[in-house]
Amino acid sequence: MAFDLSSASASGNAETSELQRMIAVEQQKAQFEAQVHTFTDVCWDKCMDKPSSKLDSRTATCLASCVERFIDTTLTITNRFTHMAQKGGMH
Amino acid sequence: MDGFGSDFSLGAGSGKMDTGTIMEQVKVQIAVANAQELLQRMTDKCFKKCIGKPGGTLDNSEQKCIFMFMDRYMDAWNTVSRAYNSRLQRERARI
Repeated sequence: MAFDLSSASASGNAETSELQRMIAVEQQKAQFEAQVHTFTDVCWDKCMDKPSSKLDSRTATCLASCVERFIDTTLTITNRFTHMAQKGGMH
Repeated sequence: MDGFGSDFSLGAGSGKMDTGTIMEQVKVQIAVANAQELLQRMTDKCFKKCIGKPGGTLDNSEQKCIFMFMDRYMDAWNTVSRAYNSRLQRERARI
């Protein structure tokens, strides 16, 4: 997602950088939501058996745990991969 | 979320757009993209779960399934959002 401000009329750098800051905030929120979409997709498959008339607490707990474990998995992989790359180099 | 390049022509020559208006546009674009993503994923899953052998129309039970599915998916989305937010807060507190 890119926002092109190159045609911004020159009303001063302060205004432009404030605008860029505000846009960066919104982009960060958007990234958060994009992640939630991914997690929901994956964790739905893991946790939902039969869709029912409400989300029971067992399923809700499963979803929350799923998010945590997914993040843990990502961190584990990243850390180990970094270690592997540093140690042996990539062939 | 792809295809999200935005070019804001800030009225060069015909007067400038103020920060407020620009930010409104930014927020709307993001909200639209977010909704599209949600709907696409929800539809995908919902179709797989609720529609068996595709018939001539969506029958009553399929429609009910879709409605219920949507509610559960949104519940799940909210649960996941809260869990993710908690985790981020916790990670930030550690730094």
